[in-house]
Amino acid sequence: MTANSTMDGPGSPSVARRRVAEWFIERSLFLCALLSVFTTAGILYVLFGQSLNFFREVSPLEFLTGTRWTPLFRPKSFGVLPLVGGTAMIVVIAGIVALPIGLSIGIYLSEYASPLQKKIIKPFLEILAGIPTIVYGFFALTFVTPVLQKLIPETEIFNALSAGIVVGIMILPMVASLSEDALRSVPASLRQGGYALGATSWQVSLSIVVPAAISGISSAFILALSRAFGETMAVTIAAGSTPKLTLDPLESIQTMTAFIVQVSKGDTPVGTVEYYTLFAVALVLFAITFSMNIAANRIQRRYREVYDH
Amino acid sequence: MQVDPRVSARIARRSQAIDGLFRTFCAVCTWTGIAILFLLIGKIVYEGFSGLDMGFLTSFPSRHVERAGLKAAIMGSVWLMGIVALFAVPVGVCAAIYLEEYGKAGRVSNFLETNISNLAGVPSIVYGILGLAIFVRTMHMGNSVLAGGLTLALLVLPVIIVSAREAIRAVPPGHRTASYALGASKWQTTWKVVLPSALPGVLTGVILSLSRAMGETAPLILVGAASYIASTPASPMDRYTALPIQIYDWASRPQADFRDLAASGIIVLLVVLFLMNAVAIFLRQRFLSRLKG
Repeated sequence: MTANSTMDGPGSPSVARRRVAEWFIERSLFLCALLSVFTTAGILYVLFGQSLNFFREVSPLEFLTGTRWTPLFRPKSFGVLPLVGGTAMIVVIAGIVALPIGLSIGIYLSEYASPLQKKIIKPFLEILAGIPTIVYGFFALTFVTPVLQKLIPETEIFNALSAGIVVGIMILPMVASLSEDALRSVPASLRQGGYALGATSWQVSLSIVVPAAISGISSAFILALSRAFGETMAVTIAAGSTPKLTLDPLESIQTMTAFIVQVSKGDTPVGTVEYYTLFAVALVLFAITFSMNIAANRIQRRYREVYDH
Repeated sequence: MQVDPRVSARIARRSQAIDGLFRTFCAVCTWTGIAILFLLIGKIVYEGFSGLDMGFLTSFPSRHVERAGLKAAIMGSVWLMGIVALFAVPVGVCAAIYLEEYGKAGRVSNFLETNISNLAGVPSIVYGILGLAIFVRTMHMGNSVLAGGLTLALLVLPVIIVSAREAIRAVPPGHRTASYALGASKWQTTWKVVLPSALPGVLTGVILSLSRAMGETAPLILVGAASYIASTPASPMDRYTALPIQIYDWASRPQADFRDLAASGIIVLLVVLFLMNAVAIFLRQRFLSRLKG
C-alpha cells in the first residue's frame, strides 16, 4: 500500500479504483472455488451422458441383473453383476483385514500409547498411507500370492484373496487414524466415570469409549471401504481379468475398476457399445462410492452434535 | 451384599489378565502394521536394488532387460508435475482464500465445502474417465502430457484446497485486524499479511498433493499414457509415459527379469516420494514453530 492511497479521502478516484479491483479479485477467487463445482458437474455429465449411449443398446434391466459379463467377445453379454460381485469380494476381504486391525490400532493410539510411541508410530502409518497403489499391486503379485500358493496350493496366480489382503493393508492407515480421531473425541469424563466404577482399562475401552465413538468409527469404516471399492491398480495387477460370480477367493476375478483399465488399454474403437461400457461401469462405481461417502458424512455429522456442548 | 473376598479377588485378577491381553493385542496389531511396511520395502529393495545404476536412470525403455531404463518415465513425470503445479496450485490456493477469507459461513460456501469433500472421495479412476471424455476427446488434446497433467490437477485440487485452508485458518486473526486497522483493504491484508504467514503450510500441502499425483497410475492409463515410448516430451502436446505407468508395464509382464526391473523402478519412485515428504515435514515443522514463536 502506498502512502498516497491512505491520504485520499473516500470517493477519490484511487479509492474507487481500489474498490473495483477488490470486487474483481473477489469474483476471480470465487470462480476458482467454483471450479470444484464444475468438476463435479463434469463428472456427472460425462458419466450420465455417455452411459446414455450405452443404454440405448443395452437395457438397464439386463445390465443391472445379468449374470454374464462378456462385452469384448461374442456372444456379447452385458450383465454387470460379475464385476460388482468381484469388487464386493475384494472389499469384504479388505474389510476383514483392515477393520479389526485398524480399530485396534486406533484404540492403542488413543487409549494406551505414550506420546513417544505415538510419535514413532504415526509417521510410519503415514508412510504406509502414502505408498502408491501400484506398489501394493506389485507386492501382492510378487509376495502375497506366492506365500498363499505355498500355504494353499490350489491358489491361482491371479486371485481375489491376495488382492483383497493388500487392499486391506492399503486402507489400514485410514481406518486407524480416523477411528483414533473418533475415540479421542470421547470426553475424558466418560472414561473417568468408568474407572470410578472399578472398570479396568479394556472394559472402559470396549464398553464405554468404543460405543460412545461408534458413529465416528462406523463413518471411518464406510469411508475406508468406499476407498477399497474404487481401488484400481492393486486389483488390476493381482486379482485377474476373469469376470465371474464366485465365492471362492482363490480364483481369478475381475473388478469394475480392473475392467475399466482393461478396456481403456485395448484398442476399442470410440463410439462402439464396448467403448461405452467404460462409462456405464464407471457410473455404477461412482454411484456406490458416492452413496457410501454421503452416508459416512451423515453419520459423522450426527456424532458431532452429540459432544459439541 | 456379601461377596466372598476370594471370589472377588479372582474376578479382579482375571479382569486384569484380560486387560493385559487386550493391551498386548492392540500393541501387536499396531506393530504388525509397521512390520508390513518394512516387509514391503524390504522385499522391493531385495529384488530391485541390483538393477539400480546410472544407466537405468538415463536409458529409454527397451525389449532387452539389461538396456531398459527410466529416462522417458522420469521426464514424463517431471512434465506432469510441472503441469499439475502450474494449474492446480494457483486455482487451489485461490479457492482456499475465497473459502476462508471471503465467503465464510454462507450458504454458497457450505455448498462449495460439501462439494469439495465429496470430490475428495471420488475414486481416481473416475477422474481418468472425466479426463478421457473432456480433455482427450472433447478438447482434442489426444494422448498428450497436457491432458494427463490436467487430469491429475483436477484429482489433487481438493487436497490442495483442504490443506491450504488449514494453513490460512492457522494465521492468528489478530494479524488481520491489525492490518485492517492500518487501513489496508481485504485483498491487501490477504496478499501481504495472511498469505506470507500461511506460505509454509500451503507449500506443505502442495508438496504432499504433488506426491499423491506422482504415484497415480489409473487415471493416466485412461487418458492414454504410453507404456512404451522412446522419447521425452518436447511440448505439452507430445506423448509421454510416467514412472508408475512404466512400473505397471514391467510388473504386468510375465518374465521375472522385468519384474525385478519394476522393483528397481519402484525404488526410484519411493525415493522421490520420500524426499518430497521429507521437504514437506521440514516445512511443516518450521511453520509450526513460527506460529508458536
